[in-house]
Amino acid sequence: MYLTQFLVLSAALFCIGVYGVLARRNAVLVLMSIELILNAVNINLVAMGAFNGTVAGEVFALFVIAVAAAEVGIGLAIVLLIYRNRRSIDLHEVDLLKG
Amino acid sequence: MTSALASLFAVESGTAIYQTSGWFLENVWLVPFIPAMSFLIILFFGKKLPNGGAPIGIAMVGVAFVLSVLTAGQWISQVNYADSHKSEAAHCESLEYDASKVSHGDDHSGDDHSGDDHGDDDHGDDDHGDESGLGLYEGEQALAPVFAVEAGDGDGGAPCPVIKSYTWWSSGGHDITVGTMVDGLTVTLLVVVTLVSLLVNIYSTDYVAGDRRYTHFFAFLSLFTAAMLFYVVSESVIQMIVGWELVGVCSFTLIGHWWEDQDNSDAALKAFLTNRVGDIGLLIGMIMLFFAAGQTSSVFQINAAATAGAIPQTTLLIASLCLLAAVMSKSGQFILHTWLPDAMAGPTPVSALIHAATMVVAGIYMIARLYGVFFNGLSIGGSSINALALIGAVTCLFGAMLAFVQDDIKKVLAYSTISQLGYMALALGVGAWTAAIFHLMTHAFFKACLFLGAGSVAHSVHSFDMKKDMGGMRKFMPHTYRTFLIGSLALMGLPPLAGFWSKDEILAGTGGWGVAGGTGGNGAYTFALVMGIMAAMMTAAYMTRVIYLTFFGEFRHVPHGDDHGHAAQADAHDAHGDSHEDHAAHEDHAAHDPHESGPRIVIPLYILAFLAIVSGFLNFPKGFQLVPKGLQTRFEHFVEPRAAAEYFPSISHAAPSWTLAIAATGLVLLGAGLSWFYYFRLVPNQELAHDATPEMIVRSRTELVNGPTSKFSALKGGHTALVNKYYLDHIYDKGEPVETSGAGIMASLYGLAAGLGLGITLDNGLDLSLNTALISGVGAGVTVFAIVFAALKSGTGIASFTKRQLAEAADWSNKHLLDGVVDNVGKGAVRAADVVYKIDQGVVDGAVNAAGRASSGAGGGLRRLQTGKVQQYATYMFAAAAVLAGILIVFN
Amino acid sequence: MILFALQTLDLVSTPSEANIARNVFFGIIAAVMIVAALRMVTTKNIVHAALYLVIVLAGVAGQFILLGAEFAGATQVLVYIGAVVVLFLFGIMLTRAKLGNEERVDHDNRIPAILTAVLLFAVMGFAVVDFGGDTLFEPTRKASSGELGAGQIELAEQSTLLVSDAIFSQYIIAFEAISVLLLAALIGAIVIARQE
Repeated sequence: MYLTQFLVLSAALFCIGVYGVLARRNAVLVLMSIELILNAVNINLVAMGAFNGTVAGEVFALFVIAVAAAEVGIGLAIVLLIYRNRRSIDLHEVDLLKG
Repeated sequence: MTSALASLFAVESGTAIYQTSGWFLENVWLVPFIPAMSFLIILFFGKKLPNGGAPIGIAMVGVAFVLSVLTAGQWISQVNYADSHKSEAAHCESLEYDASKVSHGDDHSGDDHSGDDHGDDDHGDDDHGDESGLGLYEGEQALAPVFAVEAGDGDGGAPCPVIKSYTWWSSGGHDITVGTMVDGLTVTLLVVVTLVSLLVNIYSTDYVAGDRRYTHFFAFLSLFTAAMLFYVVSESVIQMIVGWELVGVCSFTLIGHWWEDQDNSDAALKAFLTNRVGDIGLLIGMIMLFFAAGQTSSVFQINAAATAGAIPQTTLLIASLCLLAAVMSKSGQFILHTWLPDAMAGPTPVSALIHAATMVVAGIYMIARLYGVFFNGLSIGGSSINALALIGAVTCLFGAMLAFVQDDIKKVLAYSTISQLGYMALALGVGAWTAAIFHLMTHAFFKACLFLGAGSVAHSVHSFDMKKDMGGMRKFMPHTYRTFLIGSLALMGLPPLAGFWSKDEILAGTGGWGVAGGTGGNGAYTFALVMGIMAAMMTAAYMTRVIYLTFFGEFRHVPHGDDHGHAAQADAHDAHGDSHEDHAAHEDHAAHDPHESGPRIVIPLYILAFLAIVSGFLNFPKGFQLVPKGLQTRFEHFVEPRAAAEYFPSISHAAPSWTLAIAATGLVLLGAGLSWFYYFRLVPNQELAHDATPEMIVRSRTELVNGPTSKFSALKGGHTALVNKYYLDHIYDKGEPVETSGAGIMASLYGLAAGLGLGITLDNGLDLSLNTALISGVGAGVTVFAIVFAALKSGTGIASFTKRQLAEAADWSNKHLLDGVVDNVGKGAVRAADVVYKIDQGVVDGAVNAAGRASSGAGGGLRRLQTGKVQQYATYMFAAAAVLAGILIVFN
Repeated sequence: MILFALQTLDLVSTPSEANIARNVFFGIIAAVMIVAALRMVTTKNIVHAALYLVIVLAGVAGQFILLGAEFAGATQVLVYIGAVVVLFLFGIMLTRAKLGNEERVDHDNRIPAILTAVLLFAVMGFAVVDFGGDTLFEPTRKASSGELGAGQIELAEQSTLLVSDAIFSQYIIAFEAISVLLLAALIGAIVIARQE
């Protein structure tokens, strides 16, 4: 196996995730895209770890998973709050900071 | 007699050569100090003292008089000592006068004034030697080293003056000193001033009794005495200037004693300001001498420098001329004499003291004191005309002429004083030094006698107008009459009274009468002789007039119910006091005739009359067969400094001549006789026409109604000129305009006089070429003519021209030129400020505002970026990150 | 493990053959993942998106196992698919999203987003390719001890053992921090989302 393929895969997933973050209107979908990004990073981590023969990559990937889980929890809580306040989670409408 | 005096005033001798002087000579500062203390005491405590402080004044001036006499005594013994030790020769000073020191004023000249200590401590360092240029030891002065026999006179040694000098201040390495300098001249003046002051003080207790400012009067009499004495004992020219000014101030104060009357304060101001005009000359002259003599202010050194020839003659001439201007104003010489007659507005004792005997002789004293300067500067020896003699002679004559047309007795005496001062100046100008000082002394006595007598008369009739208010006074006031007569005879110069001796010596001293068999003298001042004799005749004539108008004839004073309405001068009136209680006495006056004055007035009169008789005997002429040789020329022997003392020029003394004396006396008697004939014969016996008007009748008592002046228009013109005092007052201050012909004549006369005077001075004194003298003379003459003509024609005097036109011109130039510059500068600044303001507003603020606008515009533009949409922000972020990463990769 | 499985099944005899097998598996899983990811970000149906996410997550787990990180793979499945996606579904449900196609799902920001994504991919791809990495590698770990027997392929140690060793010795602090973080997240989520 080549390292490159894993990295390219990771890059592709990452970019797709970026697109999703930037282009989706639903907040939940945005969160999902963020999960995509995180997973891409995980692949990268593990691949690098395996390539170098250390276990550090795996360990960090675990940590990332844990953090991601926490972050999803919080994020969804926030989304729920937004929904409660505004009856909608369309990110287009959340532009209170408009200058 | 001299040995007795010598034993009386024991003089300690120090070493064999140098003689320390006597106590009085060294402490002569007490003589001005005591009257000064008197002034202070009277000023501050006088009101509380009994009799208003007058006794204090009298007592202290008396003490000063006694001290002066004792000082004179010690000086006499000093001279005797010098005479008897004439084999021990020494210098009064050890000067090394070289040109470098004199012209550049090296610092060496500063090391002489060892007078750095301020006390009388006896230093006794005899070993110091004469390192001080003055030959004086530190602080302690005076030595009378004797000197070689003076050539020519064989009179003995030359005593040195007793000098004590203290450094007043020093700047730039040169010291200004004060101190005392005592020699024969000093003691003469000390005695005269203190004696006359004492008598005047006593006289004043009666004359100004009840005056509203009695105490003040006595205070200032004391101050004046102190100031005059301070001036007389001066050791340095700076001190002389101080004393000069101080007596001027006192004169001002005393003339204006009754200043409530505008005329009196005007007269005081006129006196002061006229003196001020001359003081310019004083300052310039003194400063020139200070620098010319090597930056020393010591009178002794200046004289020594001048006598030794260390100062260039031109400098001496210019300094002499400047000082001459001061003398002209202070001693009432012609042109600047106009203040003296007006000064008669002051009380009579003041006139007697200040304007007859003492202050006016300050100028004469100065010339006598600095005679080395004048003698060499004006080239008195060996010439036939010089500025001082000319001015003196002119004063002498013109003053006498003016005395003829005065109605006020004091004014007559004032002009007489002017005339006699002219004599003194004349005497100094021809080199007859002793004659001048001798005349000064005798004149002080008889003129004071005359003034006090006039005061006595006026005191009883409350007026000074002879024609209106006097006449036949000898019946009422015999004592006054007698003393006045003695004084007048002395003034006329009739033997054996004092005036004869002194005046004759002056006439002999002119040396211009070879035709009459005279010899000697310092030059050949014929014109001075002629003018002097003419003036003597006139003096006799006008004094006879005065005596007639005052003491003979019928009493013309018409007693009115109220004396206030009288044309009396304020002083005669107020002399009796303001208190209304006295008016009751006035009423009694109206009832009976005037009476003789009290003893306090009469006794001083008698004393002065006595002195007027005997003081002439002090200086019998040399070779006077009627007296032993030991009594001849005593005054000159003791008073005149010897040339060997190195601070006095070598002057020669004219040999007296019986011929001249007899001739002069004869002419004087002739003058008196003519006047006597006019007044005693013609006037009382004149016939009046039938249609004589009342005022003609009144006039006929005192003058010829159809006399020569009414017959000959030339004489009338002359009379008018005299009455107008040569129009001098018109020139100086405003008067009525004079018609063209009169103005023209006066202007041409003055122009002629100025031109001649300048020309002669330049020719003789400065030895310039005749052409230069001519041209300068003509120029000066034309200028003077123009000024005088303009002043007379327009009726604007020089003083009022200064006050009005000149002041207006100065004001205009100040407003428009000076202020104009300032204003324009201000306006320019305002305009510049405007421009700067605009720049500030437009450019600077514009930039700042533009920056603000730009940033707000930018903000407005950039605001649109903030959509509030998070994803858009994220897009930007990611895109930027991508770009940055790309750059990083590509360029890494 | 796969190798072991393969070896046991005697399908593979040489390491190089094992490599090819690995590459093939990688390719398949990768393709599926990418397609699923693409579908996830483009579908209009939210629930479909969640399901696609599940596929992606499963694929990621497969990759993990390919790389010899079994524990990570297992954790991935457990946590991500088992908890996170469920959480997502709850979120979808609670926010009343339409269960079906929903219009207006996509943003107006699509074009810039695409461009950004493409740009980003280009940069990253270039970087990766430029990096090299042509080397073949095998997911081996150091054996603790022992030597290879003849004809035996070195087996990787069990990754779980190694991971646990690492976590509880080398990365203990990070582990504790993560636990605190989870606690905080828990509390935070409750606080944020509770009903007043």
